[in-house]
Amino acid sequence: MRTAPVSLQGWFSSSRLKRPDAWSLGVPLIAAILALPVLVIFGHVFIPASDVWLHLRQTVLQDYVTNSLILMAGVGVGVLLIGIPTAWLVSMCDFPGRRLFEWALLLPLAMPAYIIAYTYTGMLDFAGPVQTQLREWTGWGWGDYWFPQIRSLPGAIIMLSLVLYPYVYLLSRAAFLEQSVCVLEVSRTLGAGPWAGFHRVALPLARPAIITGLSLALMETLADYGTVQYFGIPTFTTGIFRTWFGLGDPGAAAQLAGVMMTFVLVLIVLERYSRRRARFHHTSGRYSRLPRYRLRGWAVSGAIMVCALPIILGFLVPSGQLLQWALRTPHMWMQPEFLGLVWNSVSLAGIAAVLAVALALVLAYGKRLRPSLPVNGAVRIAGMGYAIPGTVIAVGVMLPFAWIDNTIDGWMRDAFGISTGLILSGTLVALVFSYCVRFLAVSLQTVEAGLAKIKPSMDDAARSLGTPPRQVLGKIHIPIMRGSLLTALLLVFVDVLKELPATLILRPFNFNTLAVRAFELASDERLADSASAALAIVLAGIIPVILISRTISRSRPGHDTPA
Amino acid sequence: MTRLLEIDHVSVGYDGTTVVHDVSLTLNKGVIGCLLGPSGCGKTTLLRTIAGFEPASAGRVLLDDQVVTQAGWTLPPERRQVGMVFQDFALFPHLTVAENIAFGIRGQSSRARRERVTELLQLIGLPDYGRAYPHALSGGQQQRIAVARAMAPRPRLLLLDEPFSNMDVELREGLAREVRAILKQEDITAMLVTHDQNEAFAFADRIAVINAGRVLQWDTAYNLYHKPAARFVADFIGQGRMLTGTVLNEHEVETELGVITGQIPEACRPGNPVDVLVRPDDILPDHGSHVFGEVTDKAFRGANFLYTLRLASNANVLCLAPSHENYALGERIPLKLGFNHLVIFPR
Repeated sequence: MRTAPVSLQGWFSSSRLKRPDAWSLGVPLIAAILALPVLVIFGHVFIPASDVWLHLRQTVLQDYVTNSLILMAGVGVGVLLIGIPTAWLVSMCDFPGRRLFEWALLLPLAMPAYIIAYTYTGMLDFAGPVQTQLREWTGWGWGDYWFPQIRSLPGAIIMLSLVLYPYVYLLSRAAFLEQSVCVLEVSRTLGAGPWAGFHRVALPLARPAIITGLSLALMETLADYGTVQYFGIPTFTTGIFRTWFGLGDPGAAAQLAGVMMTFVLVLIVLERYSRRRARFHHTSGRYSRLPRYRLRGWAVSGAIMVCALPIILGFLVPSGQLLQWALRTPHMWMQPEFLGLVWNSVSLAGIAAVLAVALALVLAYGKRLRPSLPVNGAVRIAGMGYAIPGTVIAVGVMLPFAWIDNTIDGWMRDAFGISTGLILSGTLVALVFSYCVRFLAVSLQTVEAGLAKIKPSMDDAARSLGTPPRQVLGKIHIPIMRGSLLTALLLVFVDVLKELPATLILRPFNFNTLAVRAFELASDERLADSASAALAIVLAGIIPVILISRTISRSRPGHDTPA
Repeated sequence: MTRLLEIDHVSVGYDGTTVVHDVSLTLNKGVIGCLLGPSGCGKTTLLRTIAGFEPASAGRVLLDDQVVTQAGWTLPPERRQVGMVFQDFALFPHLTVAENIAFGIRGQSSRARRERVTELLQLIGLPDYGRAYPHALSGGQQQRIAVARAMAPRPRLLLLDEPFSNMDVELREGLAREVRAILKQEDITAMLVTHDQNEAFAFADRIAVINAGRVLQWDTAYNLYHKPAARFVADFIGQGRMLTGTVLNEHEVETELGVITGQIPEACRPGNPVDVLVRPDDILPDHGSHVFGEVTDKAFRGANFLYTLRLASNANVLCLAPSHENYALGERIPLKLGFNHLVIFPR
């Protein structure tokens, strides 16, 4: 007895004989192309070191490693301290405003780290509103008082923690909600109160999910370029930029990226491992309404404080400041140049989103129609990009593309006397390709989840009712998948809109996007001028937050969603 | 009776292993058949071959005397007019109940389609559910809708792949009867796949017992129980134990319970050692008997007891006794033979 997962096989072949076809060849090919940047970086690890590399190793490499490690350790502690308590409070306790906090705690996800960094810099530096107010109240002058320097390593840790904690919040909240009520009730019959129930039962059960969230937050930390560059902290990402553009040695930049990749690999292994373990921590499939601990008195104000603070500091204050700046600088957004930026960003993100979703569809269908070791492995490799920093991908894209351009150009000049110039590396092709590498995982995950809703037996049912395979696609698959495809499009769209380092490296000369322009203006200390572009990005970033919060509130059967 | 489905020496296999071995059987019009066997025996593969989802590596499948499958060629499922009900029902979640049922009806006016849908909803006892979506319905309702959807285009043959296995055990037999009544009312020829013999008995007119890809017997439920053609069928269908015996002559076998009379297969010569199938209803308590069995286990079933008895030779037999014959564990019961059908297999 066997339920064949291969049911649309009639599309390309009618027999079950294992002969190579479009799917089993195409899927690994796509995956190989998407894996190219990472392979190029790995390849450079084995290339003999150049003088620049030796120089880097003697001088700054130590700094990069130390700073990146301190940053990751600090952000790790920060996101856990904010993410876990808030997740526990909104999923296990009852207090006024809980349902608002449930989704509002995700809002900082809409705030790119480099934007929050320069917003706080503008607010907290000597001429900013906070210090000015302080001087007015106290009558102090310059040099009379000490004020914490936000443009520092601790400052970067705080900034990144404020916008990255939602990863931990999101995953630990899902884990808390998935836990069987029975387990918690058992712990209560065995005499464990709320606190003991938390740290002896719920927390250990949620640990794999928390570690997954932590590793995602750390991947983002490692990938961050805008914040550390703006704060002047030498890390791997800034080092790669400096080596490439400052020292003009792409090879050494790639080697630096290779060293950085080992950090990424550790995080990937950590994430995969804890995801696997999370499956064994599922306790029971029997769900019922979670009995929440009802908080009273001081506990209520404490809970509200704990939940409100991250939202205020991570979203409301910076976006309020951005809004104020934007209103003060109407010349920045009431002009055709701004429209041009919006158009560039939107069209680029649109193209990348459509392409990433199309590729995800091919890969997901390949896995469904031809489940085999090479195909599944290829799909998994293609989905790795989310862990690779944009800087690394950009370097890995630039090197082979430049080589191809030079080869074609040389060949064309020899053969026809025509110079083709930069066909790939100097154009949007390189940029869109690197977006696909980086964000394919986002679309792949969503598309695969949508495809999983269509059971193979539905294909068979449609065919036994007289529908030929091609019509099955239109009558069954597309209508059922529509929602997931739209979600995938939106998620990639917004991610591309926010992306900074890869865009900075790979954009064609004089091609600007909202993110690049916001960062450039901020770097030139024109903070207020950059606000309108930044605000546009933040507004777009709210869309996926809404999508995610809607998905998770529906995810748990018996959870209190309006039916 | 006209022949509707003919399976002619069909073998099916993939990846180098043969799952169905040289199966032949025919199903007449209006008859409900069943493929019964343990999981992994190849029954679902055979059903999918009939539907056109799996190609055959040898043999032919004929519908209405027209070849639909032969080695190297398969008429695609959408062109066979064969309906199928799936284990997980496979209702389309984005369509309403009425749209699901209407999915396969084509080449008819929309009025005719609507009428057919209404008629089927009536038939399955869900006349008011046309506008509901599948996820809002109970498992039993979804299942009846899956049956109605498969029946809607008036298929030549309806295939059902373990359609009751997702149901509560208490509901299965009732549902099987209900669906059977619906099929009989529309005079539909059907083939069911199941591993549950009670379901098969409740649903089918003729049952094929399949093991390891081979059809061992294609017969009525009564014959499978009382005249099993193979040792596996005897074991698989109903309860019973084998008791060793010796053939005395053309119609008598001697066992430790006494001499049993019946038809002896020609292969068994006098003096040959044989196994005799003893069903629980073949043995009755009888106070005048000199043969005893010691009660090693008992199960109260309301109307009767099922005793497990140890005989003098340490062999075990089962005995179905009326409920008032209450013996204690360890007690010795005098036994009488009540064979109507003698089933023996050469050792």
